[in-house]
Amino acid sequence: MKAAHYWHCFVGIQTREWLRFWQQRTRFASALVRPLLWLVVFAAGFRAVLGISIIPPYETYITYETYIAPGLCGMIILFNSMQGALSMVYDRELGSMRVLLMSPLPRPFLLVTKLLAMGVVSIGQVYVFLLLALLVDVEPPLWGYLAVLPALILTSLMLGALGLLIATWIKQLENFAGVMNFVIFPMFFMSSALYPLWRMNEASPWLYWICQFNPFTHAVEAIRFSLYLEWNPMAYGITGGVTVVLALLATAGFRPQRTKILGTSKPA
Amino acid sequence: MKTLFKRTALAAMIGLSTPALASVAYVSNEKDNTLSVIDTETQKVIETIDVGQRPRGILLSKDYTKLYICASDDDTVQVLDLATRKIVDTLPSGEDPEQFALHPNNKHLYIANEDDAIVTVVDVDSKEVLAQIDVGIEPEGMAVSPNGKWAVNTSETTSMLHWINTETFEIEKNIVVGQRPRHVEFSRDSKIAWASAEIGGTVHIIDVDNLEQIHEMSFKVPGVNQDRVQPVGIELTSDGKYAFVALGPSNHVAVVDAKTYEVLDYLLVGARVWQLDLDKDETHLYTTNGVSGDVSVINLEDMKVIKSIKVGRYPWGVVIDPTS
Repeated sequence: MKAAHYWHCFVGIQTREWLRFWQQRTRFASALVRPLLWLVVFAAGFRAVLGISIIPPYETYITYETYIAPGLCGMIILFNSMQGALSMVYDRELGSMRVLLMSPLPRPFLLVTKLLAMGVVSIGQVYVFLLLALLVDVEPPLWGYLAVLPALILTSLMLGALGLLIATWIKQLENFAGVMNFVIFPMFFMSSALYPLWRMNEASPWLYWICQFNPFTHAVEAIRFSLYLEWNPMAYGITGGVTVVLALLATAGFRPQRTKILGTSKPA
Repeated sequence: MKTLFKRTALAAMIGLSTPALASVAYVSNEKDNTLSVIDTETQKVIETIDVGQRPRGILLSKDYTKLYICASDDDTVQVLDLATRKIVDTLPSGEDPEQFALHPNNKHLYIANEDDAIVTVVDVDSKEVLAQIDVGIEPEGMAVSPNGKWAVNTSETTSMLHWINTETFEIEKNIVVGQRPRHVEFSRDSKIAWASAEIGGTVHIIDVDNLEQIHEMSFKVPGVNQDRVQPVGIELTSDGKYAFVALGPSNHVAVVDAKTYEVLDYLLVGARVWQLDLDKDETHLYTTNGVSGDVSVINLEDMKVIKSIKVGRYPWGVVIDPTS
């Protein structure tokens, strides 16, 4: 198999994802409403609640809006990845996933390419969100917008792989509500996205440890540090490690034949 | 080529013999009985100097060779030699000195004695008490106009500004302002005086020629309860463009257009921001944040808080030595 084949396939999958995105432009906008509500409404109410402490990467006191912006970038990717997982269930039910996997290229390559394609759309949303966040004085350094890109790609790969793993277990579309309750919300709330971890530790040590073990925390910290031009090897290391493990598990476990159309629940 | 080499060598030698001296900021830590010395280039504390008990007001002599320190609980004013950074002398101050001001003649120090309701004038060379002037109850803020004509004292409980003639040491006028006036700052041309009233939440602008109030400002920090908006320290840029007002427990510094008295912005700093000082080229403003125990640095070019530097407990005053 030549590199050209890989490239052709890569472009094909990316194009398909963009086409899908282009047809769902309103979804792009509506997906931005959620983090913006958090930023403008929720954060405004909590402005004075955060308390006094300077934590890296910040060098001085910050508003709550500034604190939660990186967490909300993570939230955009989290929701998109889970919706991506949903779309894979959908693709599977319609059989188009099987068409994709009929390609003679290695399955892990196909799946990672698919994850990257979904990530590109998420990252586009993150940048639009960051631009809008300027309106509430969330102003990271200019180079931070570039420096955050690797962290965003890594986060979208990690959460995409997680979505893919979940997709192998979801039997039907309707199960997405369960994903919301058991994956998205716990991951988001039990992380450093909304409150700094020292705050969590003050509230309850066991909650603090859950947050520490939540890979989403480290993804958010990787985004936060990069956005402010600081290097956080631990956050990158953990996010990268978890990405590799999840991707291996997801690609190994992905069986397009597993679910059947129209309720026939037995695997083929 | 040879010349180039010589020049480079010469430049290297000059570089070695006179290392670029970074300017330093001195911060009095009320609860630690110390001064923190901050290198304004690296924005790090480079030295901590032990001083008398409860250091609050600090100021530089006009020739920038000494730093005067109100050691409130020692009832004295200490003199720190800036070359050696050692306490070399003490001056009589009356009881509980908190704020003071030095006359442009570099000799007469005006000290507010909170407990005795007086202002003590001390000659720093002869250490003589030249006068003790009765003022209102709980005198607090102290300022001398740059032209040396007026000394102004604020009395917290009487809520007045007492205008003292520096030739006769007598009060010529009292101006009632908002509750608990704390601090007075003169414009460089001595024409305008700004006075903060902590409990009143106001800043009063006084026309010095006529000794009359020409404007009263109040502040509204978004998201902060009005009770917590308590103006204390004031700093003016020499070009007359900006005034900065430290708003105490609101944890914000107000940026004010010094011509229109309009608040341009509120900047978030540490907890209970108290006193302010500008660096030599007026590109950065330093604020002491008492409760959070740090000093915030504001970049004046884009009016952003760029850093907060941990110092001792309850930092009170800050001065930047422009010669270092």
